[in-house]
Amino acid sequence: MKKVWRNLPTLRLLIYAVALYILLMLLSSGGILNDYLMIIINICLIYVILATSLNLINGITGLFSVGHMGFAAVGAYVAGTFTTLVWKLPNDGSVSTTLLFIVALVLGGIGAAIVGALIGMPALRLKGDYLAIVTLGFGEIIRTIINNIDAVGGPRGLLGIPALSSFTIIFVATVVTVLILRYLVYSSHGRAMISVREDATAADLVGINTTKYKVWAFVIGAFFAGIGGGLLAHLIQLAHPTQYGFYASFLVLIVVYIGGVGSMTGSILAAFVLTILEKYLLPMLLQWAGLGVEWRMVIYSLLLIIVMIYRPEGLMPREAKFMIPEDH
Amino acid sequence: MALALEVKDLHVAYGGIKALRGISVKVEACSIVTMIGANGAGKSTTLRAISGIVAKQSGHVTFFDKDITSTPAHIIVAMGISHVPEGRRMFATLSVMENLEIATYTRHDKKEFAESLETVFSLFPRLKERRKQLAGTLSGGEQQMLAVGRAMMTHGKVMLLDEPSMGLAPVLVEEIFRTIKKINELGTTILLVEQNARMALEYSNYAYVLEVGVVSAEGPSSQLLDDPRVKEAYLGG
Repeated sequence: MKKVWRNLPTLRLLIYAVALYILLMLLSSGGILNDYLMIIINICLIYVILATSLNLINGITGLFSVGHMGFAAVGAYVAGTFTTLVWKLPNDGSVSTTLLFIVALVLGGIGAAIVGALIGMPALRLKGDYLAIVTLGFGEIIRTIINNIDAVGGPRGLLGIPALSSFTIIFVATVVTVLILRYLVYSSHGRAMISVREDATAADLVGINTTKYKVWAFVIGAFFAGIGGGLLAHLIQLAHPTQYGFYASFLVLIVVYIGGVGSMTGSILAAFVLTILEKYLLPMLLQWAGLGVEWRMVIYSLLLIIVMIYRPEGLMPREAKFMIPEDH
Repeated sequence: MALALEVKDLHVAYGGIKALRGISVKVEACSIVTMIGANGAGKSTTLRAISGIVAKQSGHVTFFDKDITSTPAHIIVAMGISHVPEGRRMFATLSVMENLEIATYTRHDKKEFAESLETVFSLFPRLKERRKQLAGTLSGGEQQMLAVGRAMMTHGKVMLLDEPSMGLAPVLVEEIFRTIKKINELGTTILLVEQNARMALEYSNYAYVLEVGVVSAEGPSSQLLDDPRVKEAYLGG
C-alpha cells in the first residue's frame, strides 16, 4: 500500500490539492479565515502561477527574464477588456459566466504568449545580463503602451472589471498550471530546455533546436503569466499600469529565487511564504511592536538577505516527490 | 572510397581575429583522420565550423556530396555528424541516462534507440552501472565516456572528436583511443583533433598538421610519424 502511494505522485498531488481546497473552504465558511485572509490566499495562488511560469523561463531554460509582469499585464488587460465589454451586453443567463471567464482568461494568455514570442526572438541572440536588460525594457514598453491607450483607461487603469475570480476558479487554474508545467518539465521537451540551460552549445551538438526551445519557454511562460494577470484583474476588479511595473516583476523574480531556482516546489512554497509574510505577518508584527508600516519593506528585504546568505540555493531547491511525475 | 566530409577553403574569424585562413580537409568514409597542431592553430575551430556552431566567413563544407555550409547545427546533427566537444560539456544536472536520451530527440525510433544504447553500454559498461547518477558527479574519465556515448546516440555517420584525451590519466588515454578505434570499426568515420600528436598519428589513417589557421602539412599518418619536421615540432624530437 505504501509503495503504491509512493508510486502515484500525480494522484498524491491531486489529493493534497483537494484536501487543501476543502480545508480552506471549511475555514472560510466557518469564519476562521475572513474575507481579507481569503484575498491574501487568492493572491498567494496567483503568485504560484506567476512564479512557476517564470521558473520555466529562468530556472528550467536558464534564460534571465526580469519583465514577467509585462506578460501578466497583457493577460490582465486582454481578459479585463473582454469581460467588461461582454458584461455590457444583455445576457439572459443562457451563457455560463464561468465559461465566458475561462474564454477571457485563455484569450489573455494567448495575447501574452504572442508578446512572449516577440520577446523570445531577441532572446535568441542575447545571454545573461544582456537578455535581462532587454526583458526589463520590454516589460516597461508594455506598461508604457498600456498607460497611453485611452480605450483601456490609460493612466487611470481599467475600471469596472467584473468580480469573476472566485477562490474556486483561482484554485483550479493554479492546480492546472502546476500540473501542466510539471509534466512539461519532466517530458522530453523539458529535458531539452534543461539542456539549453546546462550548455546551449552541447545541446546544439546533440541535435536540439535550441532556438525553438528558448522561444517556446518564453511563449509558455508568458501564456501562464497572462492567465495569472487575468485572474488578478478579476480578483481586485482593476487593472492599473502601476501594478505591472518592474517592481512587481521583481517580486515574482524574488519568489522564484527564494524558492529555489529551477524547482517548481520551491516556487509554490515561496509564493505562499513570501506573500503571507509580506501582506499579513509583517504588518501584524509591526503593529504589535509599535512600529509604523513603513518598516515593512525594510524587514522584508532584510529577511530576503538573510535567506540568501544562509540558504543561497533557496528554500526548496529540490522538487518534492509528488512534484515528479511517474517514471522519473 | 567515397568522401564523407570535405572542407574547402574555410575561413572563420572571431571578431577581428582570423582563426582559419583557408583550411581544406578531406575525410574518406570509414577512415580515421586527425588534425594536429599547437594551441590556436584552428583545430577546434575547424570542427566547430563543420558542426555549424561558429559562423563561417567563406568556404564550403560538404557531407557525402551534400552542401552543409549554411545548415543549422541541430540539422547537421540529424543529418549524421556527431560532435564530441572539447571539455566534455555534460548536462551536469541530468542523469547519465537522460544525457544519452537527450541525444536521440532528433530520432523517434524506439528500436534504433535501444540498439544505440546497447552499443554504448557494451563499449562503456561503466556508464551502464552509473546510468542513474547525475552526470556532474562522474569522474573526468567517465564524463569523457559519456561525452562519446552521447555523441554515438545521435547515430552519426561521421564523428568529430575534440581533444578526447585532454585531462585524462595516461592509462585512460590509451583506453579512449582504443575505444575510438572500435567505434571506427563499427562503421563510423572519425575526424579527430588532438594535442597528443603521437597517439593521434598512431591511431589514424591520414593526418593534417595545422599552423595558425592554415594546413602546413598533410599525409598518411605513418609517413608523418617519420617526418623529421613533424617529429621536431610535435613529437618531442
